[in-house]
Amino acid sequence: MKPYRMHLMLCTGTGCVSNKAFRIRQVLEETLVRHHLQDEIAVVPTGCNGFCAQGPVMVVQPDGIFYQMLTERDVAELVEEHFLKGRPVRRLMFTPSGEREPVPRMSDIGFFGKQRLVALRNRGLIDPEKIEDYIARDGYAALSKILTELTPEQVIEEVKQSGLRGRGGAGFPAGRKWESRRRAPGEPKYVVCNADEGDPGAFMDRSIIESDPHSVLEGMMIGAYAIGAGRGYVYIRHEYPLAVERLDIAIRQAREFGLLGTDILGRGFDFDIEIRRGAGAFVCGETTSLVASIEGQPPEPRQRPPRTTLWGKPVNINNVETWANVPVILLRGAAWFASIGTEKSKGTKVFSLVGKVRNTGLVEVPMGITIREVVFDIGGGLADGKRFKAIQTGGPSGGCIPASLQDLPIDYEQLTEAGSMMGSGGLIVMDESDCMVDVARYFLEFLTDESCGKCTACREGVPVMYRMLAEICEGRGNEGDLELLEELSQAVIDASLCGLGKSAPNPVLSTLRYFRDEYQAHIRDRCCPACVCKALFHYLIDADICNGCGACKKSCPHEAIEGQAKSVHRILQDQCTKCGACFDVCPKDAVTKNPNPIETREPREVNELVPA
Amino acid sequence: MVKLKPEDLASIRERMARTMSLREGKARAHVTVHLGTCGIAAGARNVMRVLMDLLEQRDAEDILLTTSGCAGLCSCEPMMTVEVKGQAPVKYIHLDEAKTVQIFESHVLAGKIVQEYALAVGSERVG
Ligand SMILES: Cc1cc2nc3c(=O)[nH]c(=O)nc-3n(C[C@H](O)[C@H](O)[C@H](O)COP(=O)(O)O)c2cc1C
Repeated sequence: MKPYRMHLMLCTGTGCVSNKAFRIRQVLEETLVRHHLQDEIAVVPTGCNGFCAQGPVMVVQPDGIFYQMLTERDVAELVEEHFLKGRPVRRLMFTPSGEREPVPRMSDIGFFGKQRLVALRNRGLIDPEKIEDYIARDGYAALSKILTELTPEQVIEEVKQSGLRGRGGAGFPAGRKWESRRRAPGEPKYVVCNADEGDPGAFMDRSIIESDPHSVLEGMMIGAYAIGAGRGYVYIRHEYPLAVERLDIAIRQAREFGLLGTDILGRGFDFDIEIRRGAGAFVCGETTSLVASIEGQPPEPRQRPPRTTLWGKPVNINNVETWANVPVILLRGAAWFASIGTEKSKGTKVFSLVGKVRNTGLVEVPMGITIREVVFDIGGGLADGKRFKAIQTGGPSGGCIPASLQDLPIDYEQLTEAGSMMGSGGLIVMDESDCMVDVARYFLEFLTDESCGKCTACREGVPVMYRMLAEICEGRGNEGDLELLEELSQAVIDASLCGLGKSAPNPVLSTLRYFRDEYQAHIRDRCCPACVCKALFHYLIDADICNGCGACKKSCPHEAIEGQAKSVHRILQDQCTKCGACFDVCPKDAVTKNPNPIETREPREVNELVPA
Repeated sequence: MVKLKPEDLASIRERMARTMSLREGKARAHVTVHLGTCGIAAGARNVMRVLMDLLEQRDAEDILLTTSGCAGLCSCEPMMTVEVKGQAPVKYIHLDEAKTVQIFESHVLAGKIVQEYALAVGSERVG
């Protein structure tokens, strides 16, 4: 194999691709040829690097230099200065906020420092479209090992010992699920990879498939051997075209290499995998709906039988990340895996870290890491110097954990105890400018749309809760609303069939638990302390700061600002629609948001909200 | 493509070992060619080419080849620095093809410094 002296590991995950990574790749390759460097330096497209906020990103190996926010115009300088003359280009490096000096090496950047890559072990190190790259990083070594050395029962025992729990939401022990499917009567048996990933803002599973599709396939092969399954399906939403494409390439390569099909690795094991595309509804990720969807029926949850079946036969469903962990466990041993994490939550978890932190992106951290470490050490703290208020975990039906609990270790039990959940791993960081009532309203709106409509409690109850929250945000809340919300929550939890309904009230219950004052301010004082709910705050121009430049007046689409040039301006509250244009445009930051003063209004009838 | 057997996985891994050690930044020896404008003018790119060919011929998978800018001794170009793990870096000057081959065989592969072409031992840290 022809050696290269340098590899340019260019991120081609969906985030970087949408910022023209493919175009950068093309220009890079052309420029290397122009400098006769094409035989010395290789461009390697990789999956998601994780530091999506800084994309497009590229890591230069062997130096480990991290470049960010690249454009095609930067390529010539990079090639001439760094790749040819060995002088790294400082202006394209990452500089932590508040610091002057850039950090050249990826391993020295705080965002990467506290991460521990297990599921994402090959991230940025392999070309996801080349099976040889995966094999070079010990890919399929676990499959080879179990087919030659272990019985299915021993594989199950190893997975049980590792403590691996499902990463798709419920955290059910993977080994125990496998065991029950192995014992279940009926042939043929199936394994399924759940890549529906319906949580808004979540992209863990997409990134794993985009950066390392073979790790998921190998996990499924090992699971199939353990359970005795002959066929597997990857159920993936069609909105993930790049992931589908890479998965498809990976399956074809695995077949070509004899890693899928009959007599795999010459060990008499037969197994194959197919892709099933979903239309991308949140409820499709729920086990029984997913199975219905694969069978070609409408994706509605069913009464859960003791064991889920596909076409009446035993099926074992695990999440993408769960499967991706399996090969490492078999290769490095259960004890190694169990040494990472907390007492009941072993290993690592991949999170999509978004919201008001400086460094957003995809991170993999050991279970038990504290919220503080994730938000401040990895996330780089809050953007714009704002105060940390809460972190939303667990996806749309997760909950909000207040900043006062920031030393909470993140694992399944601790999050549940705090009124939230692990879910599939969304982390949304919120600051003082986020209104918790509005946050609950937002998620209930999503869940209203995504309820499949089968159970009355979910179909009718969730929208009623949503409308109550919307009314509270509009300043039409009533005394007693909070108690009614709690009562409705319980009814929806009790009378819903699937996890969607059972967890839908979570956003309301968790914000009520920690931010009841904020709800009360909305209802009793008609005031939104975070100044988010338009009816409950107002803009003012600070007379001490305003220099009468007139920028606000010009930007106002409703002529709601008056004032002469060079004299203090004023907002006409009656005409103001709170569009925020003046707030954004003021060069002096003289426009301020202010919670409304106490004001009494006509109470409304609660019954108005319940549809006839 | 023929169907793989367990032992084929190992041979693919072996074949890819150099590619992977490069990406992981792991190496037993680190060779830096000084590719400043002065170095290039004096023929440093040819030194680089010779080294790349040697890597291929010798199948030397745990040796990293990098470049750096001008080392400040323009009159001594082409230059390279060899750092074998656990030893002080050595700078070699006035290189040509024959010297490069000799240094590669002797110092990089066998760990024996070629004193006659060396400028200084341990004058700086590389990498
Ligand atoms: C409404 C709803 C949506 C879900 N969406 C997903 C999903 O997108 N991906 C996923 O892996 N699990 C999802 N789950 C969880 C699955 O039902 C199931 O627990 C999981 O796929 C099992 O795999 P695991 O044990 O490896 O986590 C969802 C559950 C519910 C109730």
